[in-house]
Amino acid sequence: MKYLKFLIAGIIFGIILAKAEVISWYRIYEMFRFESFHMYGIIGCAVAIGLIATQLFKRSKIKDINGNEIVITDKPKIYKANLIGGVIFGLGWAMTGACPGPLFILLGYGFPIILIVILGALLGSFVYGILKPKLPH
Amino acid sequence: MELLSNPWPWYIAGPLIGLILASLIFFGRTFGFSRNLDTICSIVGAGKITDHFKFDLKSRMWGLVFAVGAIIGGYIASNYMTPDKTVAISEATKSNLESYNFETPGSSFLPSKIFGEGILQSPKAIFFLLVGGFFVGFGTRYAGGCTSGHAITGLSNLQLPSLVAVIGFFIGGLVFVHLLFPIIFK
Repeated sequence: MKYLKFLIAGIIFGIILAKAEVISWYRIYEMFRFESFHMYGIIGCAVAIGLIATQLFKRSKIKDINGNEIVITDKPKIYKANLIGGVIFGLGWAMTGACPGPLFILLGYGFPIILIVILGALLGSFVYGILKPKLPH
Repeated sequence: MELLSNPWPWYIAGPLIGLILASLIFFGRTFGFSRNLDTICSIVGAGKITDHFKFDLKSRMWGLVFAVGAIIGGYIASNYMTPDKTVAISEATKSNLESYNFETPGSSFLPSKIFGEGILQSPKAIFFLLVGGFFVGFGTRYAGGCTSGHAITGLSNLQLPSLVAVIGFFIGGLVFVHLLFPIIFK
C-alpha cells in the first residue's frame, strides 16, 4: 500500500508529459532551435511552482506523510562532472528527443522501438559505474 | 472532455509538474528519474562488477514504482486521452525538418526517419539510437541527475551544481541540433 501513492504520482506524471507533448522528439528539437516557447514555459512553470513548494517546505514545520521532518539534501558540488556529464546528456537528449522519464512514458505510449534507447541508457549508466573512479568530478 | 483530449498548454502542464515535485517531497522523497537507470543495472547484477551498483535496493523501490506508473500514464494518455496524435510544432521547425527530408514532421510523436520500423533494417539507425541512449545514461549519471533531478528539483532548490548541469544540457543539445544534425541528416 505504501507504494500506491508513488504509482499514482507516476501515472499522473506520465499523463502530463504525454498530453503536453514533452515526450515528442519534435518538441525537443524545436526547443533547441528556439522556435517555440512551449518547452521553456513548461520547465519555467515547473521550476516556479517547485521553488515555492520547496521554500515552503524548508521554512515551515510541515512534516512529511510519515511524520518525519522534511530534509531536502543539497546536490553534491561536483562541477566538472555536472558540466561534462551535462553536455554528454544534452547530446543524447537532442539525439533521442527523450530524457529518462519520457523514455519510459514513450514505451507505454506505444513505441516499443524506444527499448533500443533504453538499452543504450542502461549501458551508459553501467559504463559510468565502472569508469567513475577514473573520471574527473 | 475536449479540454482533456486536446494537447495541454505549457501553463497547465508546467505547474502540474511542479505539483508532482511538491507531492514527492511531501512523500519524503526527492524527484529524480535517472536514478532508476542505476537501480535497474543493480537489479540485473551490475553490483557484482562494481561497488557503484551496490546499494539498498529497497530504499529505491519507490522510484521504480513511479517509473511503472509513468509507463501506465503513457498508455492511458495514448489510448484514452489523445484521439489526435499529431504534434503542433511550429511552422519554422516543420520547414527546417522538411529540408532534411523528414516526411510530414509532427504527424506523430516520433519521426519515422529516426524511429520508424524501417530502421530495424539499418545498423546505422540502430547505432544512432543506441549511442543517443548511451549518452543519456552515461551523461545523467555522470552529471548527477537529469531534467527532473537537476532542471526541476535542483533549480527549485537553488542548487548551483544543478545550474551548471542545466547549462551543460543546453551546450550538448545546441551542439547536436545546430552542428551535428545538419551533417548526419544532410
